[in-house]
Amino acid sequence: MSARRLDRGGSDIDRSRPLEFAFDGQKVDGFHGDTIASALLASNIRIVARSFKHHRPRGVWGAGVEEPNALVDVADLGRLTPNVRATVAPARPGLVARSVNASPTARADRYAFLDRFARFIPAGFYYKTFLWPNWRSYENRIRAMAGLGRVDPASVAGGRADQINAHCDLLVVGAGPAGLAAALQAGSAGASTILVDDGARPGGSLRHRAGVIDGAAAIDWAEAAVAELKRQGVEYLPSTTAFGVYDHNLVGLAQRRGEARPDTLWRVRARHVIVAAGAIERPLPFANNDLPGIMSADAALIYLRRYGVIVGERIVVATNNDSAYEVADALAEAGAAVTVIDSRANGRAGKLASDVRFGRRLTSARGRQVVEGAMLNDGATIAADCILVSGGWTPTVHLFCQARGKLAWRDELAAFAPAGPTSLLSVAGAAAGAISLADTLASGAKAAREFCGGAAPIPVSAGRENTLRIDPIWSSAERTDRVWIDYQSDVTAKDVELAARENFVSVEHLKRYTTLGMATDQGKTSNIGGLALMAEITGRQIAEVGTTTYRPPYAPTSFASLAGLRGGALMSPLKRLPLEAAHRARGAVFREYGGWLRPAYYGGGPGEPQIQEEARQARRSAAIFDASTLGKIEVVGPQAAEFVDFIYYNAMSTLRPGRCRYGLMLSESGIVFDDGVLARLGEDRFLVSCSSSHVGAVHARLEEWRQDRFDRKRLFIHNATSHLATVTVSGPRAKALLSELALRIDLDDSALPHMAVCDGDFQGGEMRVARVSFTGDRSYEISVPADRAEDLWMQLIELGKRFEAAVIGVEALMILRAEKGYIGIGKDTDGATMPHDLGMAGPRERRLDEYVGRRSLFTEEATRADRRQLVGLSVSAGEPPLATGAHGVEAVGSKQRSIGYVTSSYMSPTLGFPIALGLIERGASRRGEAVDIRHLGEMRRATIGAPCAFDLGGTRLNA
Amino acid sequence: MQLFPCPFCGPRDETEFHYGGEAGNVRPEGANVSADFWANYLWFRANPTGPSREIWMHMTCGEFFVMTRDASTHVVADSSPNSGREP
Amino acid sequence: MTRRYSALSLLKEGLTGHRGWAPAWRTPVPKTSYDAIVIGGGGHGLAAAYYLAKTHGIRRTAVLEKGWIGGGNTGRNTTVIRSNYFYPESVALYGLSHRLYKSLSAELNYNIMFSPRGMVTVCHSEAEMEIAARTVNAMQINGVDAELFSSEDVRRVAPIYNFSPKARFPVHGGVWQPSAGVARHDAVAWGYARAASGLGVDIIQNCEALGFIIEAGRCRGVETSLGPIRAERTGMAVAGHSSALAALAGFKLPINSYALQACVSEPVKPILDTVVTSLGTGTYVSQSDKGELVIGGGLDRIPSYAQRGNLPVLETVIAGLIEMFPAFGQLKLMRQWAGIVDVVPDSSPIIGESPLPGLYLNCGWGTGGFKAIPAGGTMLAHLLAKGAHHPISRPFDLSRFAKGRLIDEAAGSGIAH
Repeated sequence: MSARRLDRGGSDIDRSRPLEFAFDGQKVDGFHGDTIASALLASNIRIVARSFKHHRPRGVWGAGVEEPNALVDVADLGRLTPNVRATVAPARPGLVARSVNASPTARADRYAFLDRFARFIPAGFYYKTFLWPNWRSYENRIRAMAGLGRVDPASVAGGRADQINAHCDLLVVGAGPAGLAAALQAGSAGASTILVDDGARPGGSLRHRAGVIDGAAAIDWAEAAVAELKRQGVEYLPSTTAFGVYDHNLVGLAQRRGEARPDTLWRVRARHVIVAAGAIERPLPFANNDLPGIMSADAALIYLRRYGVIVGERIVVATNNDSAYEVADALAEAGAAVTVIDSRANGRAGKLASDVRFGRRLTSARGRQVVEGAMLNDGATIAADCILVSGGWTPTVHLFCQARGKLAWRDELAAFAPAGPTSLLSVAGAAAGAISLADTLASGAKAAREFCGGAAPIPVSAGRENTLRIDPIWSSAERTDRVWIDYQSDVTAKDVELAARENFVSVEHLKRYTTLGMATDQGKTSNIGGLALMAEITGRQIAEVGTTTYRPPYAPTSFASLAGLRGGALMSPLKRLPLEAAHRARGAVFREYGGWLRPAYYGGGPGEPQIQEEARQARRSAAIFDASTLGKIEVVGPQAAEFVDFIYYNAMSTLRPGRCRYGLMLSESGIVFDDGVLARLGEDRFLVSCSSSHVGAVHARLEEWRQDRFDRKRLFIHNATSHLATVTVSGPRAKALLSELALRIDLDDSALPHMAVCDGDFQGGEMRVARVSFTGDRSYEISVPADRAEDLWMQLIELGKRFEAAVIGVEALMILRAEKGYIGIGKDTDGATMPHDLGMAGPRERRLDEYVGRRSLFTEEATRADRRQLVGLSVSAGEPPLATGAHGVEAVGSKQRSIGYVTSSYMSPTLGFPIALGLIERGASRRGEAVDIRHLGEMRRATIGAPCAFDLGGTRLNA
Repeated sequence: MQLFPCPFCGPRDETEFHYGGEAGNVRPEGANVSADFWANYLWFRANPTGPSREIWMHMTCGEFFVMTRDASTHVVADSSPNSGREP
Repeated sequence: MTRRYSALSLLKEGLTGHRGWAPAWRTPVPKTSYDAIVIGGGGHGLAAAYYLAKTHGIRRTAVLEKGWIGGGNTGRNTTVIRSNYFYPESVALYGLSHRLYKSLSAELNYNIMFSPRGMVTVCHSEAEMEIAARTVNAMQINGVDAELFSSEDVRRVAPIYNFSPKARFPVHGGVWQPSAGVARHDAVAWGYARAASGLGVDIIQNCEALGFIIEAGRCRGVETSLGPIRAERTGMAVAGHSSALAALAGFKLPINSYALQACVSEPVKPILDTVVTSLGTGTYVSQSDKGELVIGGGLDRIPSYAQRGNLPVLETVIAGLIEMFPAFGQLKLMRQWAGIVDVVPDSSPIIGESPLPGLYLNCGWGTGGFKAIPAGGTMLAHLLAKGAHHPISRPFDLSRFAKGRLIDEAAGSGIAH
């Protein structure tokens, strides 16, 4: 046997640029322009991989993305890429390819013995055994044998993948004759057009099949057509696979960008799509039809014409249709001894350079590891090193079916083809069932004309026209030998029979039970064969059996291209503070809090000592804190007061201008959704302050109610959060500190008491001060436009030195607010917490008007006595803090049940003992009771108390 | 990626929109709303397989609007501004 | 009688060309009446029919399936089985399911390939670790085998995870359930079908429910595409289309339908031994016995009945995958699909009698129906046999919505389904 490179020929290779790479430890020569497969064939390497289940030797079957067999792991440019289709991947100097599913090599695979046990492991055998003692006892050994290529944990994609959005009038998929004719038509009509083809060079079948178009050789016409299209402004994307059609005609494209870069994902929104993706040649059923050396006839012609490789010396061409004759002639002309075995009573007339036997079919292929000969149904045997098969053509309808196009069985094609276009997508050429080149060109041009008009002449085919005249051959039931239907998954005709016997007759059951069509090729060469056999066994027409659902992607698509730039810092990007640089300069340690990157504490180090010191100093003197993340949403207009009454659980319209009030927002189901301070800036103007992580959600909710219930001309909502930066100065010396700052406001408590707000001036610009406190100490929230924040911050820091003020991070603030029993939404509340669980039952009992969530506060559940309520939890002096997330438990017989849990827990540096908050069943009425607290199996005791542990009288607010 | 027609901004990618619920779900109000009636408003939905009127928010412009859409075919038949006060 | 599956029977058949195997389930002509009807030939419906026959001795049961059995969400999920739930009510339900799964292959004489390989939920901040502690403690109190993992523990079970401290979602630790795992989803449907059929249950494929036979305000059977079929008790287990069937019966459900996508990579040699999910990315992944990575993420945000994937969610999920496992960036997507799930406000199922007497509900499983199949089947069988709740299903009754007694796992644990 010997495939070899011819001295001449090969449109796609550059013989002046030889290259060398390795396969399974063997040196392989090739040329620039080769695929890995064409170079392997040129070097007469026949066994390139092992099948999935039986570890049968596998050779190159085809020359495109439909390849079921020739998968390799490729190490190149420092990366290992598993499951590369050798038929598509370019050969590159120095790359190291390794066969998949074989160890150590495809030729000498140590699991090859499995094939001898094949009769005991038919389809679905694993459902019937491995029952004792359990599956897990066998699983790892079986897993180790499954799988194809290898993942190298150290290999990562080379950089981030590009993603491109594009819009066009027309997207043409396939730059073969139909696609080129369509694009030429659209280009002439001035439609914005994108033409894609998964090959590196245009023409599709025109690159290897004979033909004369508009007086030129087919391949020359194709090259000229692309040049013309570029002149017309059509975007032509070679090496690009359209892998999926999604809603509203969005088509996903995977564009290969050379080896050094990941594929590019294109999302093309096309007004119309023409699928001219051609057809895929099918195998023929005969025993051992999976041996290396058995190939698609069309692929052999591709290797001859495009790569100058002849795939054998003594070649049997087995066919049931006319299309293989051109292959036979070409190979004979190139020097091979060719015998055509045609199952039909008579074949096509015309020039034949070969021995043709009509009315004969192959019954088996002979050979141990690779093809050595063929046996015919008349008993004759033919020695051969290669068997080329053409079992007919399956139109590439994947994209059409993804777009919900309907198929119809067509006897003259022995295949499913589109029944007609959808409103957004039409199919042309061989994908639509066209056979002759003239019809193919015409169908492409016509499809484009129907969409966008155009007056370009339809390209004229002047060569001899293709015919098909197929007489289908399907595998028949009750064969005793092994006929492969699905090469990669090792599904044989017997497996299909077994599935039928066991009632897995629905196509989807057939697929799932036998794994037919579930391999990496997703059944592009195998599905129809399986369906036809199932039809025969069950006495149905193939059309009745139907097809499985076509799902994206058409061909395996790079994960890296789908991820694009979304990785690292660009994945769920963090929101950043205007003062970030200033914090960094102070040595802040940043953490993520609700999507914001905020200083946890300052000064580096382990954290806990720094945090404790910040909290201690805040109570002693003053604390300066960046509170810019607090939501600031303005509600403006004559209906503003009515609106805030409806939005808040607390009545808010009674608030006087210049004053603030703390309140809760509920969801309609009565759950506490957010809390914060509402400031009334004027009669018709409120400022909603909400939790940092909730700003977007609160804003959307306010808008929804505004537009649903209110007069949108008399009520406006504006989210000013990012416009303003806020710095809080808090603590006993806060007022003294602030009075040093020239803010042009009266800081006297009579003018600016606790829960008051006023406008002032900072360096000639706007400024607002609110006396609200999240620490329990006298506090001032100072808001200035974000671009003034740094000035304000630096001045406060500088002034603060005189007062020994501490700059504190979020962690210290958490301690301060927990000492006071102030809640953090989502931390000290959960998705079941209602306001009366937090000790805020007043509005529920008193308010009679409507507000969001009101009715839900009176359901059976809302009125239960054993609700979980906010409590403080204390432990004995000298003990460490409770674990946040620990549960309160009580005994129920020999078991325990949870009565709630610890939501916040800290060591209080000011109090000198631990403090904690929790949600505990009936907590409000159990003050003074001791409860068992459980954390990771360890038990402790804690005493229930009031949430507030510090300054119970609240005198420090005005101290 | 579906294209939704915002009545104010034109066709935009689905990722810019937020589903606001079935149109016509009137909020029951007053002192005597039964638990069942309230639960029906809060939770129970027709959730039809075919076309239905839905409230959507175009997050980039902040406007809520009514879109008639088929949940099975994803065909959008119509979209119009929310007239306000009528859910 | 169905023939017993075993290594020995496989060996014998291997020698005789596997000609002795019988249909896994019969294809009966539907009768005009049954003792009970189950609408929906997915895992839950088939399991309900099986337990009706096995536990309650009610064998004159029909399972009506619109298409092919196991073709809905049973055949479209990512096969994760776990019981790491927060509330005792959930633990009772999913814990029962988990226990039944462990012995299901033996029970059904069908290898459903239950693989308890453990599942880790990775946490990325101290705040998430606090929620994780809350969750683990709740689970341990409820008798679930949950553990709180440090980042070193995570490294032990998922060594190729991205442990870079500079990662967008650095690893702080996680929640581990060692007995969680995966199973072969189709086999669960087929195993129940075979066992139920063997006990006399009629599994009727290509039979669509078109309406209900309602007499004197009570459901007395189903109008089907193959004609009327009567029964005193009817159950529906048609997750994804529950609202449509409810409409035929004249009531609404607290359900919205959304697509949940999943996808698989090309098969590779074993590289990941556990189920891994990340709270930061929302992506979860396991490796099937065939070697494919089975990948899922969050719901599509648009109500839909179209069982197909789309790009935006896929891109997000895959980006999350690569963030978790940078080496998987070298892999390729082989297949993507979607199932339609019943999304309930509290993400807990609805089990119990419907507003139409005689019609019983098994629906609202959200994204978590597969793991609940044995328990969901047990509960529906109990309802159909007794006309009353099993103690485990009572909290999941439809009446909980008017009472406000939601069982909101997300609310309590912060861990998404």
